[in-house]
Amino acid sequence: MSELIQHPALAHHFDSLEQQKEASTLGMWVFLVTEVLFFGGLFATYLIYRNWYPDAFAAASHELDVTLGTINTVVLITSSLTMALAVHAAQLGQRRLLLIFLVATMTLGAVFLGIKSVEYYHKFAEHLIPGPGFQFEKEPVHVRHAQLFFSLYFVMTGLHALHMVIGIGIMFVMWWWSWRGTITAEYYSPIEISGLYWHFVDIVWIFLFPLLYLIGRHA
Amino acid sequence: MWTGIPLFPERASTMAGRVDALYLFLIVVAVFFSALIAGLIVYFAIKYRRRAPDSIGTGIHGSMLLEITWSVIPLLITMVIFVWGASVFFAMSRPPDETLNIYVVAKQWMWKFQHLDGQREINELHVPIGRPVKMIMTSEDVIHDFFVPAFRVKADVLPGRYTSVWFQPTKPGRYHLFCAEYCGTRHSGMVGQVVVMDPSEYQTWLSGGAPEGSLASAGAKLFADLACNTCHRPDAQGRGPVLEGLFGKTVTLQNGEMLVVDEAYVRESILMPSAKIASGFQPIMPTFQGLVTEEQLLELIEYVKSLQALPQVQTR
Amino acid sequence: MASTALLPRRHYLNDGYGVKSWLLTRDHKRIGLLYLAGVTFFFFVGGAFAVLIRLELTTPVGDLVTDETYNKLFTMHGVMMVFFFLIPAIPSVLGNFLVPIMIGAKDLAFPKLNLASWYIYMIGALFTMYAIVTGGLDTGWTFYTPFSTVSSTSNVIPAALGIFITGFSSILTGLNFIVTIHRMRAPGMTWFRLPLFIWSHYATSLIMVLGTPVIAITILLVAAERLFHFGFFDPAVGGDPVLFQHLFWFYSHPAVYIMILPAMGVISELVAAFCRKPVFGYSFVAFASLAIAVLGFLVWGHHMFVAGQSVYAALIFSILSFLVAIPSAVKVFNWTATMYKGSVSWETPMLYAIGFIGLFTIGGLTGLFLASVGLDVHVTDTYFIIAHFHYIMVGGTIMAYLGGLHYWWPKISGRLYNEWLAKFSALVIFLGFNLTFFPQFILGYLGMPRRYHAYPPEFQVLNVLSSAGASILGVGYLIPMAYLMWSLRYGRAAGPNPWGAVGLEWTTTSPPPTENFTETPEVTWDAYDYQSTVDSRQSTFPAES
Repeated sequence: MSELIQHPALAHHFDSLEQQKEASTLGMWVFLVTEVLFFGGLFATYLIYRNWYPDAFAAASHELDVTLGTINTVVLITSSLTMALAVHAAQLGQRRLLLIFLVATMTLGAVFLGIKSVEYYHKFAEHLIPGPGFQFEKEPVHVRHAQLFFSLYFVMTGLHALHMVIGIGIMFVMWWWSWRGTITAEYYSPIEISGLYWHFVDIVWIFLFPLLYLIGRHA
Repeated sequence: MWTGIPLFPERASTMAGRVDALYLFLIVVAVFFSALIAGLIVYFAIKYRRRAPDSIGTGIHGSMLLEITWSVIPLLITMVIFVWGASVFFAMSRPPDETLNIYVVAKQWMWKFQHLDGQREINELHVPIGRPVKMIMTSEDVIHDFFVPAFRVKADVLPGRYTSVWFQPTKPGRYHLFCAEYCGTRHSGMVGQVVVMDPSEYQTWLSGGAPEGSLASAGAKLFADLACNTCHRPDAQGRGPVLEGLFGKTVTLQNGEMLVVDEAYVRESILMPSAKIASGFQPIMPTFQGLVTEEQLLELIEYVKSLQALPQVQTR
Repeated sequence: MASTALLPRRHYLNDGYGVKSWLLTRDHKRIGLLYLAGVTFFFFVGGAFAVLIRLELTTPVGDLVTDETYNKLFTMHGVMMVFFFLIPAIPSVLGNFLVPIMIGAKDLAFPKLNLASWYIYMIGALFTMYAIVTGGLDTGWTFYTPFSTVSSTSNVIPAALGIFITGFSSILTGLNFIVTIHRMRAPGMTWFRLPLFIWSHYATSLIMVLGTPVIAITILLVAAERLFHFGFFDPAVGGDPVLFQHLFWFYSHPAVYIMILPAMGVISELVAAFCRKPVFGYSFVAFASLAIAVLGFLVWGHHMFVAGQSVYAALIFSILSFLVAIPSAVKVFNWTATMYKGSVSWETPMLYAIGFIGLFTIGGLTGLFLASVGLDVHVTDTYFIIAHFHYIMVGGTIMAYLGGLHYWWPKISGRLYNEWLAKFSALVIFLGFNLTFFPQFILGYLGMPRRYHAYPPEFQVLNVLSSAGASILGVGYLIPMAYLMWSLRYGRAAGPNPWGAVGLEWTTTSPPPTENFTETPEVTWDAYDYQSTVDSRQSTFPAES
């Protein structure tokens, strides 16, 4: 099964593009499993403490801005849509559309991070950063456990934001490769694999949003 | 010189013999299997040593019967060990109903003991033989561990919580007390002695003096000093629950949960009163976090324990 | 009888010279050697700390070093040995070198990630070494809170970051192995024709990939709590120090299986090769590796029997801990049965394998003592635990590592080492090891707690025996360094198959070419098929040096 002309993207240790693509895809899935376990430790911690201090967690959760959080959720879900459309364009060899959708995805990611920064700034102004300066005037009885909530809030959303930043970086590299013509209808697995990563980061937010923002809120 | 190396610590509690028996059984099992494997390996290595440079072994691939045998037999043996170990552990985890309680406050790097009648000891603990003793323990800082090898007793001592161990000493003498959870610079210096005495000697020692009075009486004074009595009144007119006869009872919380009033609940109610509100009461009790030391908490707990139910008061 | 083998003209070691060709290599074999340099260095650093510890413990009084220094010594001994030696050694040195060759591939699935994993390992190690030389770490390798978050004044954050970074090296190695084994086996190399070394590394990789992220986030939380005063484990804000222990041991227990499974894989290869017959019960041994990986995730609470968890939780962890012992026992029985009617040669790798089986059996059996809760209460946090895990890690893993290193040394370097020195060292190590650690079982039952700088005088005799053993053991480890390095220059050429063993690695030259095989092999035989492989009958190994 030797090809007279090897595809330029085929690495020397693989026998075929097919094998290379299967390996890369499996690799990304395994990596995402590690990410599940990584965030999993945080989710476990959250579950335990929320179980122990439900009222404090609910009170603290009410301090988060549901409007901004909802907007961010919509932004991220839309970015997953544009990502999926980018993969589709890549499969069909539509370079122009691919570039547009990659830019859209990056832009939406940046919007997400922008809104997040605004939220973080508000928290700082309201003295809700855990540590010596923490204040919880609304319900002083919960001040200590609310601090625990906010510690979790910042670590969980902070780690998520870090993953977003990396994701945007990856998308930029994908944009660059697409622009240079490295990505073709024959060889588009990098786009697919980056898409897997992006969707994963989105799904983490889908869990974070209700667990952090929507405790004890009823319509 | 060789006879001078002990293999076992002294047996000075009712549990020690049980733990040693389990240990001996395990040694027998371990020696048997180690000898079996070692013996077989050495025997095969010699008997089947290679005699010609190009000889190969006989191509035996396996035997289902052997695989089952040497899976099932170890499984049975391990289950026996499990049940035996579990039974010893149950006995260790369930103190008898009537125990002599002694409070322990561990801190870097010393052991503080509080006898109920007010005697305080540091790094030395006097106990009588023939009675079950329960240590109720907490730490002021990091995790420590209360370990008396001669009693075969060990438990971590945690900050913010009470843990306990119980033992019944059987032999007078002085025994090592070690801290067995690494706790910083002077971890290896956080050692002491448990002094086990005959009951009459122990009585003599006890009456030797507790200048400040019993823990419970110190607690009563603190209860008044901190104005707890303004809300917790025996006549049920106060804004807080009646404490007389409350210790050991089951109460219902605001959220419907039920729990038994024990040392941990009393401690939590003083430090974090909003955590578990009793049903029918408002969350208005202020916190005393930072206003009471661990020792004072123990005094208050002993005081609450000492409050007998008054016959005419209707307890909720 | 002199060997007439010659080194091949072109092989991976002379395929490009210069520092850049090594530091930017994509070749899994060169990367394995880069790891060899790293783990060897960190092993001796950790070993130096051990020497100081045992020196101090020869006398009951803490008179050699201060308390603070001693606490740093045992902490850093643990950190270096666990994270920078035991976890990477076999997988990243022998695994990296052999996994592609054993399955008939040209390289691992992601060669660049493989190189990245080495850099990540070294950077993490650098952070940790920085923490060590600028004051040290004194929390114990276990970082228990609240001591590590609130009380310790040592370099917790750089050390924590170092370990965090190095964890990614482990994750990437595991990821690489999983994808490689799934996707890059040569034609005909079905799962049940794979060498058991591959099965063990596959099971190990599952643990690396699932467990390591949890220690990563746990140690990050410790650093965050220390840096930003987040109160995850601080009772003052409602946090729970015991939660740290659960999170920590959820990884660190499976981690010990990361340390032993590859070693067991090595032993399967050694026993098969030096008895010249298939491993008895091949599929049972293969599935036992997977069973250990799975069950290993369910037993972490046995490190916490006295930590304050409920009686029922303790019992569940106890029974599961007994269950996880069974597959290990099955392996030991199968290796022993492999020797029956074998053609057993006593060369150095086999001596290490036999040593492993004996010492691992003892260490594993003492695990039963610990799984039994009523007994564990007495011996946990004492020298009994220390003896238990050193029997498995040193008597087990390190002996397997040395055995594997000796077995594949001719393949890796193309050279033979001095057999008599090698046998002598193996003996010295075996004797030194037992003298060091057997007395510690007794010390532990007597009640000597671990991490103690000074101890009651009645414990001295046993401590002196242990320290004497340690000095012998230390010498034992130095000798192989010497003769292995010497062999690189002056050792006789080994030829493709000095042992007369069966396995794809023995069908290529010693050292192998960069692409491993001149032609992709097509596999039609089972693992360890000595019967039908005729040319394996010729051994080129000299009868005497």
